[in-house]
Amino acid sequence: MTAAKIEVRGLEKAYDRVPILERVSLSVDAGSFVTIVGASGCGKSTFLRMLLSQELPSRGDILKDGTPLPEEPTPDRGIVFQRYSVFPHLTVEDNLILAGEFAGSSWTGRFFGAARRAAQDKVAGLLDKIGLAHARNKYPAQLSGGMQQRLAIAQSLTMEPDILLLDEPFGALDPGIRADMHDLLLGLWEERRMTIFMVTHDIHEAFKLGTRMLVFDKVRHDPDAPEAYGATVTYDLPLTPAAKAKGAPPDPDSLSLTGKRS
Amino acid sequence: MKLINRRPGRQSTILLGALPFVLLIVTYAVASHFRRIDNPADKILPSLEAMGTAFHRMAFVPSARTGELLLWVDTADSLMRLGAGIGVSTLMALTVGLLIGTLPHARAGLSPFVASMSLIPPITILPILFIIFGLGETSKVMLIVVGTAPVMIRSMSQAVLDIPRELVIKAQTLGANTWQIVIRLFLPQILPKLILAIRLGLIPAWIFLVSAEAIASTTGLGYRIFLVRRYLAMDLILPYVVWITVLAYLIDRVLLWLSKRGFRWHHLEGESL
Repeated sequence: MTAAKIEVRGLEKAYDRVPILERVSLSVDAGSFVTIVGASGCGKSTFLRMLLSQELPSRGDILKDGTPLPEEPTPDRGIVFQRYSVFPHLTVEDNLILAGEFAGSSWTGRFFGAARRAAQDKVAGLLDKIGLAHARNKYPAQLSGGMQQRLAIAQSLTMEPDILLLDEPFGALDPGIRADMHDLLLGLWEERRMTIFMVTHDIHEAFKLGTRMLVFDKVRHDPDAPEAYGATVTYDLPLTPAAKAKGAPPDPDSLSLTGKRS
Repeated sequence: MKLINRRPGRQSTILLGALPFVLLIVTYAVASHFRRIDNPADKILPSLEAMGTAFHRMAFVPSARTGELLLWVDTADSLMRLGAGIGVSTLMALTVGLLIGTLPHARAGLSPFVASMSLIPPITILPILFIIFGLGETSKVMLIVVGTAPVMIRSMSQAVLDIPRELVIKAQTLGANTWQIVIRLFLPQILPKLILAIRLGLIPAWIFLVSAEAIASTTGLGYRIFLVRRYLAMDLILPYVVWITVLAYLIDRVLLWLSKRGFRWHHLEGESL
């Protein structure tokens, strides 16, 4: 048994025998905020999907609290996608009470009357915190992108998962709104102390938010067969408050995020 | 301003919409007028008045033989058959479509079968239906079901598959089981598409209804048209065709209205026809 929240051992993923990820091994402590960066197509989202059990490894294991992950998504791991993260046919409030309805009503999956009002009271604080109290009866399509993602984050936390997975959650947002989202996310993380894995293509964002940054890239190249090898973790940087205080994020080029594309 | 950016006002929209109809009626009236100059007894393009008289007789003058108002009897019988047929197809589309779209095992088992069934030309089944079910109501309703259900099932299973997988994953992370995913995610998301499938299914449904009534029936809009064809009664056939079109149009609009009213979230993005 290990004390690590997540333990990854010899992880490999291939599609139709084309390797995407290979030889990924790492161990992540509870309460870490792990940011994952890398060029597009380097398998960082694939890695996240395996943490979610949306996809299964071709080889190797992922252990959570010492036990292998189940083979399907479960409520102990929350997820926020870049798009399609909230239910378009439900209002803001209904999106938030949905998880409670699943737990409390196995046949209709729906609360009525007093139970519904109780559930609404329960999410009122959450609605305030994400600044959507005034929009509780709106549909997601009536919200801005930032508001939708705030809702998506709040919704993913309604089951109080101990692991939160974020797949480029702010990729489609304006820089100003993104900064607000960072504050919201960091506030929730400090309050609840869950372990976060966040995929992003913005290295500054990764540096600002994370306590640990993983860089995915290919280390082996065959010029005649560019698809022969998959990517792995090339850099695993602890982002201590001291390191962040020094200011500048690592130079992207030095992390070979941009070079060596074949 | 570029033409693609110019939009008609409220009045022009109505006028533009009416224009093709007015043109059609005027063209007909002129053609009819000139034919009747040559031959006052012309049956091919009867005057608008003649059609009005014939239609009025069907709608308001009791039939000499049965004492019934034939238009309303025909309409009621046809709509009953259409409603029964589309109703059965809708239920099948919803249940089988959800099953195929939701469960990979059901998909593996049923999808090739439904795809094959949907390719049978339904009218070739009609003799079989007449042999099995006789010439009564059942075979007419069954023809509509055979003609519309497979396509509607396919579009419903596709509608389930078109729901972003992210939402299905998300529902699981919120603790939903398979049944809850079906009733809280799949069902509400495909209902507006079910209405669209009904609207599209009604188009062939009318064809099958009229065909079945033309071949073996004693009432119905299709029966009447094919009955009076023997007498070249264009003064009745044309108003009946218009009447069927009006009915089909009204049903279509009511369904669209239901969809917009019941599933506002679905219509928040983009125009819908």
